[in-house]
Formats: sequence, C-alpha cells, structure tokens
Amino acid sequence: MTIKHAAFIAGAYEHPTRKAPDKSVAQLHAECARGALADAGLTKDDVDGYFCAGDAPGMGPLSMADYMNLRVRHVDATDIGGSSYLMLVSHAAQAIKAGKCNVALITLAGRPRTDSRPRAVNPDQPDVQFEAPYGLVTLNAYALCAMRHMHEYGTTSEQLAWIKVAASHHAQWNPHAMLRDVVTVEEVLASPMVADPLHRLDCCVISDGGGALIVVSPEIARTLKRPLVAVRGAGEAVKHTMAGAVDLTYSGGRVSGPIAFAEAGVTPADIKYASIYDSFTITVLMQLEDIGFCEKGQGGRFVADGNLISGVGKLPFNTDGGGLCNNHPANRGGITKVIEAVRQLRGEAHPKVQVPNCDLALAHGTGGLLGTRHGSATLIMERL
Amino acid sequence: MSMPAPVPTPETTWFWEAARQHRLMLPKCVSCARTHWYPRAICPHCLGDASDRIEASGEGVIYTYTVMRRVAEPYALAYVTLAEGPTMLAQLVDCDFNGLKVGGRVKLAWVPSADGTPMPCFTPVA
Ligand SMILES: [Zn+2]
Repeated sequence: MTIKHAAFIAGAYEHPTRKAPDKSVAQLHAECARGALADAGLTKDDVDGYFCAGDAPGMGPLSMADYMNLRVRHVDATDIGGSSYLMLVSHAAQAIKAGKCNVALITLAGRPRTDSRPRAVNPDQPDVQFEAPYGLVTLNAYALCAMRHMHEYGTTSEQLAWIKVAASHHAQWNPHAMLRDVVTVEEVLASPMVADPLHRLDCCVISDGGGALIVVSPEIARTLKRPLVAVRGAGEAVKHTMAGAVDLTYSGGRVSGPIAFAEAGVTPADIKYASIYDSFTITVLMQLEDIGFCEKGQGGRFVADGNLISGVGKLPFNTDGGGLCNNHPANRGGITKVIEAVRQLRGEAHPKVQVPNCDLALAHGTGGLLGTRHGSATLIMERL
Repeated sequence: MSMPAPVPTPETTWFWEAARQHRLMLPKCVSCARTHWYPRAICPHCLGDASDRIEASGEGVIYTYTVMRRVAEPYALAYVTLAEGPTMLAQLVDCDFNGLKVGGRVKLAWVPSADGTPMPCFTPVA
C-alpha cells in the first residue's frame, strides 16, 4: 500500500494569536478546527476522522472529540512531540486509503507563553531518574548535539546563525510573526550564550496558539474549490540513546527522509520549498543533512550565505519565519510546517517569499529531544 | 542548590543502593554479555532477563557537553563515554566551565542530591 496521491490536504489554518490568556486550550483547538474547515469549504458534520497528539486536553482524542461534538469513526492520538502533526497527516492518509475515514481533522493548540508551569514528569518513565536530576531540559539537550556537531565536522556558530538570519528575512513579511526584525549573523553571535554553543537567537520563540489541517479523500478533494495539494510520500522514525551507544551526529530523519522520498519517487533536488522544524538552529542543520539535502557534516556550508532565503538561495525554507521568528504554538512546531508548505503549494504565501511555480514541497520535523529520544517525520506534498 | 533526588523504580533500587556506597554499577547481560545504559532489568540488546552487575572503573571521556548559563547557577551537562563502553548523561563538576573539551578525560565524582542520594558525576583529569 502506498499513500501517494491517496489523500489531499484541503484545509490549513494557523491561529493568528501568539498570546492567549483569555482563551482555554480546548477553545483554541476548536477555533483552529473551525478555521481549517472554513478554509477547505467543509463543515463539522463532514468530519469522520479526528487526529491530535497526546498533549490534547483529556485522554488522547476523547475530550476534544466531546468538546467539539465530533461524530467520528476513526481516531489517532500518536504522540511524537512537535513532529506528531507531520506524522498524523501520513496516518490520516493511510486511514483514508484504507477506507476508515474520508475527512480527517488534525488539531494542535497550547498556551506555554501564558501558562509556563513545567510539564509534569512521570516517574514511571524509565529514563527520568538518570536524566532529570542532572538538569536535562529541552535547551541543553539540543546544545549537546550542536557541541558534538561542531567537534566532529567543524560546524561554526556563524553557520548556525545563518539559519536564524534566513528565518528573519522571511518573518519581516509576516504580520503575525513574533519577531519581525531582520537580524544579521553578528547580531545572533552577540546575543547571550544560553547553553554553549547555542545563543539566545539560536532558539525558537515561545508562543500560545495552534493550528489545524483537513485531510480528505481524492473524491472529496475534487469537489472542493481549493487547489489540489496531494500527499505524495511520508516517513517516520524514532531515534534514541541506543542502549548507551549514544550518537548525536544524526537524527531520525536519516530513516524517515529516505522512506518518504522513496514513496514519493522524487529526490531532494526536486524539492522547491522545504519546511524544516526549527526548534533551534542546530535542529535545522542536522535535519537537512539527514534527509539528504547535503552530505553529513556539510550542513554548515549548506546553510551559509543565505542559501535558505527565498529568492536568494537554492532551498527556500520556513517562509513564514518558522519557529525561530514566527510561531511555535504549544512548543510543537510540526503543524505550522505543514501549513506553510500548503500555502507555498497553493501560491498563497506572501508574495515576497512565494517560490515561483512551487509544485513540490517537503515538511520535516523532530519531536521530543534531539539529544535523547525523538520522533522524526517527513512529508512530501505535491500540487496537482 | 542541589540536584533533585532520583526517583528509583523497582528495577533500579539495587543501582541506587550501590550508589550510596559510591559504586557506579553497570548491568551486564548473562545471555549476550553486553553492558548497557541506563540500567534496565530487561537487556535492551537481546531482552534477556538476567544480568550480572559490574563496577565501572569511573574513567571516561567527554562525548559532548554544554554549560547551561540561562539559570541562576550555571551547570555543565555532558555525555561521558565510560571505559566500559556505554555513554551516560551526567554533570561535570569541580571544574572551570570555560576549559571543558569534547574528548577530554574525566573521572567519577559523587555529588549528593536533594535527599542525599549520591548522583554519579564526573570531573576532568589532566
Ligand atoms: Zn542481552
């Protein structure tokens, strides 16, 4: 079974809020659902499959299905952190292909900017006792990867900074972006060191908000008035500490990327636009190597000198400003990666960053911690 | 401020009992004779359910590190590759945070956590 052309992304919606003290998380989920359905030209009663991740309020999909009064016959709440939503598009396409649903709704929402309570740790999680006491958190888990990459391949802080610079060039055109000022390599390097070798400007924003997607069968897609954005290939993987054989030089993208390209029958050179999960600059660099946009160890050279800037470089990326400048709702950037790719494929990105004749796009993400255990998901989409 | 105490599970009480005697123990599988980290009752190489426990020499090499600076009391976090093979997460202590190096040699150093349980940490050696 392949999901190539088996499902279409008919609706995509990014909540415009970046700080929502006056809204509940459930409300944000539902507002995103409402926005994506309107974008697709469908209604709530058309939804027969519901997808979210394990962080949705309530047990898996149950409370949100109840809150929105969804009458669904297929649900999936597989959680691989921020990349869940990339993977859930693939799962929705698989369910549609298998006849389990025809209109799949995927939602994400959260308020980490308003409500900064630390996430509760489950002591049954077997690794916690050997990691949490040392002060392992998201930031230093990624910094550990950056430090090793620099040691192994000679990657520099200047090269990492170019990723932020490129994102900022795109964010200046996005009125909803949290950080709209164009920054220079020098400004990134001058920002405070937060966890060696990462500077403050190597890190993504923290934002409230959310997003939603509507994935539908080909038959339904052809009845709608939106451009046809097909799922062409997808891959997923889990990478971890390998029983103590820790290797931080690569991510799960090394597995998920080739699977997606094989299913799609295309190569990285064919991709016109890429959404690459940018929790930190190092995340982007490692993923680009792992999914095959350049050789392992060459990521620093690849991202330098504006190569990721739309209209300037060879691989326009994150033209909404990405997590680094625009939005990282609920600390989970996977859904906005799909949303901007859909905008590009429809020709609906901001004119200053729209890639001409963008008919093949990729979105890729890492969820969890790059430095310990994470999920990777790659999604290749095509405008027909 | 001391490190939070580890919360043992039934399969790791033996590890933390040994830690209280300042002994860093590694599980070694009876079936496949391989060691692993972090300690589990079921071997992550072969799912064998019987393991011996060997005492680590305490010698290792920094695989990677970072200094967490965006906090009131900065601390150094590292992956240390033990002489016995596995690579483990730990803090680097009693050292100049600006003099740390990937590849640098380290030795075991025990640091009491909030409830007194010693946490295995490492300190650079010349
Ligand atoms: Zn074994």
